[in-house]
Amino acid sequence: MKPFGKVTSKTVAVPTTNVDTDQIIPARFLTTTDRDGLGDAAFRDWRFDKDGKPLDHPINDVDAETHSILVAGDNFGCGSSREHAAWALDAFGVRAVISTSFGDIFKSNAVKNGLLPVEVDQATLDLLMSEPSRELTIDLEEEEVRFGNHVVPFATEPFARRCLLQGADPLSVLLDAVPDIEAFENEQRKAS
Amino acid sequence: MTGKTLFEKVWERNLVRDEAPDSPAILHVGLHLIHEVTSPQAFQVLADRNLKVRRPDLTLATIDHSVPTLPADAEGKLPYATPAAENQVETLRANCKAHGIELLDLDDPRRGIVHMVGPELGRTHPGSVVVCGDSHTSTHGAFGALAFGIGTTEVGHVLASQALFQRKPKTLRVTFEGSVSEGVTAKDMALAVIARLGMDGGTGFVLEYAGEAVRALSMEGRMTLCNLSIEAGARAGMVAPDETTFAYLKDRPGVPADWDRSVASWAELYSDPDAVFDHEITIDAAAIAPMVTYGVSPHEAAPVTGHVPTASDENASAALDYMGLSAGKELSAISVNRVFVGSCTNGRIEDLRQVAGLLRGKRVADHVRMLVVPGSAAVKRQAEDEGLDQVFVSAGAEWREPGCSMCIAMNGDKGAPGEVVVSTSNRNFRGRQGEGVRTILASPATAAASAVVGRLADPRTLEVSS
Ligand code: SF4
Repeated sequence: MKPFGKVTSKTVAVPTTNVDTDQIIPARFLTTTDRDGLGDAAFRDWRFDKDGKPLDHPINDVDAETHSILVAGDNFGCGSSREHAAWALDAFGVRAVISTSFGDIFKSNAVKNGLLPVEVDQATLDLLMSEPSRELTIDLEEEEVRFGNHVVPFATEPFARRCLLQGADPLSVLLDAVPDIEAFENEQRKAS
Repeated sequence: MTGKTLFEKVWERNLVRDEAPDSPAILHVGLHLIHEVTSPQAFQVLADRNLKVRRPDLTLATIDHSVPTLPADAEGKLPYATPAAENQVETLRANCKAHGIELLDLDDPRRGIVHMVGPELGRTHPGSVVVCGDSHTSTHGAFGALAFGIGTTEVGHVLASQALFQRKPKTLRVTFEGSVSEGVTAKDMALAVIARLGMDGGTGFVLEYAGEAVRALSMEGRMTLCNLSIEAGARAGMVAPDETTFAYLKDRPGVPADWDRSVASWAELYSDPDAVFDHEITIDAAAIAPMVTYGVSPHEAAPVTGHVPTASDENASAALDYMGLSAGKELSAISVNRVFVGSCTNGRIEDLRQVAGLLRGKRVADHVRMLVVPGSAAVKRQAEDEGLDQVFVSAGAEWREPGCSMCIAMNGDKGAPGEVVVSTSNRNFRGRQGEGVRTILASPATAAASAVVGRLADPRTLEVSS
């Protein structure tokens, strides 16, 4: 799994709330059997009109190389469970998303792809929104966002944090538990 | 000791390993549903690591999201929207074959949308964990299962182990007091819940729907209600199993062989009277009117008898701009271009009967195009046996083959930019039903009434004939 330790980058601010995964990647891009190559599909209908002409949008104003932290309105990644949303953001060059809250399934998908969802309070989000392109550091080891003289703590689910820091694959941990899973199934069989 | 909630009882029954501060719980999965769109990359992970599917017998595959709803041509070729869509279907076939997974293929009389087939075949069991790479897996909670959507990486986890990591969610009980009035359906109840909770009011919670109005619902209605839980951010919604549940499941092919013992065990699945929920809300069922959405998120919903409300912030006003609506406009004055009846939310036989009741002897308005898509092959047969297809066609609607169709608009069924589509599906997100399409979510009855009137319409103002 792709690890996440510390990222220092500029931000791109998108104040829209309730950004659903259909906005992150429209359904017409879901017919792929691959997880790679979805960068062009990220926020497609925000970035381009239907003839492929670029639209006026903050994401189009910056380069993902230098602006790899997305600051977004509340409830980012709600809606469909499509992991393509995390794959597309990753391929587009987004390393972390900062918001006040996230869709449950999106959050779970993101951490499995080395993309860090960072939950902050409204005041911090407002501050970050008010100054787009601000450079900041997200430090997962310390669970801190640092910019200027601000140090904002955030919390990550401990197992996901460990996997991200070590680049460890949760599937290996789950496969180690197969004897327990078998024992559970045997008990269940006996009971029925 | 305090009592347990329905959720806690089901959680405990499926716990392989309890959670600890530094590790999530491991939950056993009783039914894993897969479909063409969210499974290929999961099978790829298995192939890369040389892993087998651990329990193909607890895995069931269907093809639904990108299948054409028009029949095959003279040469037997289906009109797939793109070669990629067809390739994805072929990939699922190959993966199921390689791993010995039962696939309800396009020629299978049992096929249908993933959340239709589990219940229809009796594979959705009370008290079990049901997962699928699809957020509307919450549908199966109608049976008192713990059912939720997962991402593709987790689909791979479940294929390889039949289990998954999960943090224990919080519980929220939604109690409907009293009963709903005539013409008000489970869809309206669900939209009322979402409007009340907001788009993320349910995030982190499992909802339990309770109260007299829920008990009175058929399994079809309960499935509609649970289906929409995700639209309030909740990953799962549940209803305690009861006689209605058992009567629905009895004699279906996939139920446990030891029926009596199973029912006795399922009958213990209810929230104890002294169970404590993390949060509770009550809703006055009698006050619910047929609901429609006016924005770009399911929580932007109001009674069809009302007006477009004033936008409270920039996001809400951007939503109204997208919809081409202004505050104060009567909802019933909104002109409609298309009507879509179908999806795992409202593509069941009961839904189609309601639509037929309103269309019988009437015509779809001249400027409206109406599509009726059954959720499964079984629903299609049943509807045709009852002559409902004739009612739809005589009224000027199109009757199609089963599939997700315009719910996700991946198969070529979609609206044109700027069109207003009244839809019985579950998401009115920007572009969900085609680029620039303006979706209004509604019940099947409201959708049918709107098709006839040509504007958004209250189904209670139209005559129903049987
Ligand atoms: S009908 Fe819609 S919500 Fe249901 S499974 Fe298909 S695409 Fe998903």
